[in-house]
Amino acid sequence: MSVRNLAILAALAAGVVLLAFVPSVTNGYQLSLAINIMSYTVLATAWTLFSGPTRYVSLATVAFFGIGAYTVAVLGEELAWPLVLLIAFVIGFGLSLLVGLSTLRLSGVYFVIFTFGLAELVRQLVTWYEVNVTRTLGRYVFVDITTAQIYWQLLALAVIVLLSGWLIQRSKLGLALRVIGDDEAVARHVGINTTMAKVVLFAFSASFMTLAGAIMAPRWTYIDPAIAFNPVVSFQVLIMALLGGVHRLYGPIFGVIPLVMLFEILLAKFPNHFSILVGIAFLLIVYAIPRGIVGLIEGAQLSLSRKGAKA
Amino acid sequence: MLSAQNAAPKTIKVGYAISKTGPNAGGANITQIPNYQLWVQEVNAKGGLMIKQYGKRIPIEVIEYDDRSNSEEAVRAVERLIEQDKVDLLLPPWGTGINLAVGPTFNKHNYPQITFSAVTDRAPELAKRWPNSFWFLGTSKQYVDALVELLVKLRKEGKINDLIAMVSVADGFGTDLSKAARAGFEKAGFKRVFDKSYPVGTQDMAPIVGEAERSKADTFIAFSYPPDTVAIVDQARLTSYAPKVMFTGVGTFFPLFPQRFGDNAEGVVSLGGWSKDNKATMEYREKIRKLVNRDPDYWGSQIGYSALQMLEQSIERVGKLDRAAIIKELQTGTFDTVIGKIKLENNMPKDAFWLLGQWQDGLYVGVAPQRPGVADLRVPKAPWKK
Repeated sequence: MSVRNLAILAALAAGVVLLAFVPSVTNGYQLSLAINIMSYTVLATAWTLFSGPTRYVSLATVAFFGIGAYTVAVLGEELAWPLVLLIAFVIGFGLSLLVGLSTLRLSGVYFVIFTFGLAELVRQLVTWYEVNVTRTLGRYVFVDITTAQIYWQLLALAVIVLLSGWLIQRSKLGLALRVIGDDEAVARHVGINTTMAKVVLFAFSASFMTLAGAIMAPRWTYIDPAIAFNPVVSFQVLIMALLGGVHRLYGPIFGVIPLVMLFEILLAKFPNHFSILVGIAFLLIVYAIPRGIVGLIEGAQLSLSRKGAKA
Repeated sequence: MLSAQNAAPKTIKVGYAISKTGPNAGGANITQIPNYQLWVQEVNAKGGLMIKQYGKRIPIEVIEYDDRSNSEEAVRAVERLIEQDKVDLLLPPWGTGINLAVGPTFNKHNYPQITFSAVTDRAPELAKRWPNSFWFLGTSKQYVDALVELLVKLRKEGKINDLIAMVSVADGFGTDLSKAARAGFEKAGFKRVFDKSYPVGTQDMAPIVGEAERSKADTFIAFSYPPDTVAIVDQARLTSYAPKVMFTGVGTFFPLFPQRFGDNAEGVVSLGGWSKDNKATMEYREKIRKLVNRDPDYWGSQIGYSALQMLEQSIERVGKLDRAAIIKELQTGTFDTVIGKIKLENNMPKDAFWLLGQWQDGLYVGVAPQRPGVADLRVPKAPWKK
């Protein structure tokens, strides 16, 4: 490991330690804002883990997020918390393998539509089960987990997602995925098992989302399919990742923070015009910053260094 | 004395987060937001809330947020109201799910939570867990019990047979009520000859109404939501299906129902109900009409406004913005409201309002429980006019 990498790692570790103290210096509202940022950071980074290199746009985020929340609703009062999280992870992983194997042969817009449909399918299945089998729609989550604990778990998960992403990028799998993202036909011709690579990565990305849902569930006390599988979450994650920049794993963070703050300001100042203002913001992002904020910064750095080289 | 006068705040901050957008916005707009507007307008017209501690009336200042029909947004908005805006009082959001989501936050900071758009069978348990929470609409079981009692009486009088056709929307509301109803009907010896649920958003009600008709049941019950309520009644009218007792769900007691069905609304039964000879309730309706140009709904609206009046009276009796004392007063006091006298028992009103109503001569009157002013249920339902 080079000195530069070590320095980066040390800086990151210090940052995480600092972030761990957030609950002791904030009031309840600021902490819930921090939780919001942290949960979207996990979701958008997990999204980028798969969609960044492969360029497969997924709208299934909330399918997995919701499954995580439901796992807690069903098992939260029965089992020890770490066990509940483990089960959520396993369910997310298993389901995403199944989904991945059957669908990652699709590409382009077909994949987008499929993933959007998947979230709706899962929601309808859960609804059907609850209505016809358990005969109660809506479950109560009374678990003794404080807001600060939710924040710390999300922080830990964010670190895990970033680290696994970093490790994957450095592995053969990471290389394979970049080739797939550039041209899938070429990737197949040079002997990469493209399906396998995509499915494995999809499963990791999805199970992180599932964990995020499980960690967040105790915040709501009550869960029904409409709450757990709210499609808005998928779209927000997508737009946050795009704003930040998806060609770097840490990119989405630069999208999550400004957008969460923007939503907050719009909600407070313009409660009656929220939707239209958000729509305008989304249009601006897609047209004005197609490569995201990280892309903008890197572009600026590049042109600076070019100028330097000329002089 | 002078220092106390100086210490008086300019306004009393009342905050709420409610669904202005998203799937909950419709319900919030009919049952809840007009009540908030009317209450604030009425209180401020008097000069504000009378606070003895300062020896004067202090006007209300409203801070409102949109929770976008999302639990997480609602929790954060309520935290923002408490911690950033430092509101003196909070009004509840709309709906069962979101009221439960913000329950722990209201409880942690000990703000009274006067929910009046939440029906949950865990209400008694929730009131124990969060003593600051009040569940004005009560449990689904109490509505079903009243319905079963009515039907048992009709059967005894030989007015209906013991067959029941029942459908429910596959959502929290429909599932809760149909579950309670199944248990209630079985106990009372009714036979459910048709019992189906349909997904939210179902538009074609022809198969459901057709099967119900073929089932030969005299009683048809639909635990439905507004769009399906309208579709079911439309379909029944189209095929001239007139069960002796016709019960439909949310929407039946909305102002749109008589507007759409006119005389054909006659005889339809649902939740809630209105007192025709209570002057205060009628005055309340006039005020809402003036404010938002339409009627209140005939279930939760009046109860919600009463809950706000109770909050107001509690504050004025306590004489200061001491939330613990206000909660105590709400739990133990007796209050005069637009629907009459209310005293709470375990944080829920007891025998204070109509559980079931029926459209009779253009008014949605209360037919159960048996209390003063109750109207007789009209059976069989009048045939459809085309």
